[in-house]
Amino acid sequence: MYIIVVGGGKVGYSLCKALLDEGHEVLIIERDPSRCEQINEDIGAVCLRGDGAETSTLADAGTARADMVVATTNGDEDNLVVCQVAKHKFSVPRTIALVNNPKNETIFKKLGIDCTVSATTLILEHIQEEVPTHVLVHLLKMEQQGMQVVEVKVPPHSPAIGKRIEELPIPATTLLSALIRKDTAPVLPKPNMVVNAGDKFIAVVIGEMEEQLRAALVGA
Amino acid sequence: MNVLIVGCGRVGAQLAALMDAEGHKVTILDITANSFRRLPSTFGGTAIVGDGTDDSSLRKAGIERADALVAVTQGDNRNVMSAQIAKHIFNVPKVICRIYDPLRKDIYDTLGLDAVSPTTVFAQLLKSRLEST
Repeated sequence: MYIIVVGGGKVGYSLCKALLDEGHEVLIIERDPSRCEQINEDIGAVCLRGDGAETSTLADAGTARADMVVATTNGDEDNLVVCQVAKHKFSVPRTIALVNNPKNETIFKKLGIDCTVSATTLILEHIQEEVPTHVLVHLLKMEQQGMQVVEVKVPPHSPAIGKRIEELPIPATTLLSALIRKDTAPVLPKPNMVVNAGDKFIAVVIGEMEEQLRAALVGA
Repeated sequence: MNVLIVGCGRVGAQLAALMDAEGHKVTILDITANSFRRLPSTFGGTAIVGDGTDDSSLRKAGIERADALVAVTQGDNRNVMSAQIAKHIFNVPKVICRIYDPLRKDIYDTLGLDAVSPTTVFAQLLKSRLEST
């Protein structure tokens, strides 16, 4: 695959190295001449000096035959424009934007960027998973309709303890897909099962229902 | 008309003053407070410090009630992002943005943004001046 990486910062540089190792053809577009020189010395002549949001630079880079463009600069507005120009001017099949401000993730999606990666959100999620007191952890985000796979742990004070699953106010569009208990294999949650403290549920939930699910299994 | 101007440079400040003088309700947004020195002392609108590509700053500046947004910061990409947020997220009825780079302007024309390239406009103006003498 021919992949163009815009921005030769930490992310762009490491990504380029990883992609080269996998045998892809990679080109970095970087604005800063000294950074460009440094990259070319480090990993061979892969860096083109220029502004990746500029049509002429992208044309020089052979963007029309690129399979993918990844925008990794530290300016969200630049990443947005790079992806839009690549997609609409050069018909690049897949564009990925690094999002520096996590708030921009939804905005970018609405503006037609195929895929966004928010480093801040990823780091936050990783840290949350490591915090033992955290009761609801996001495991996976799915593209459709804002669906998420989450893990919910039933804490000792939960109002759900001692109740059957069918008695709980689980939101209608939520699917409880697995129940994990200490020292046993995961089971399919059944309506008549009684909830214990320490139970872990894996659930598929639509974004706005998350709070209701949390309230049902964790309490206030 | 309720107008939100993003970027208080020379153009932004002058546009704000003109619209304000005609009795429109003007709000101007800039990331540095110092830029507001360009506004005339008679300016009766609102000047707010904030980032025009940030939806909460835009909300604070009253984008939900704006009839029009004009994006005239120094950065083409910032203007493009600001204008697209206004148009596609907040459904502002009239959105205009400045894009210096004529090629980039053409792309966003086809994507439905109302964009003006001062480069092209000014070059044409100079050409017609040359021809008229």
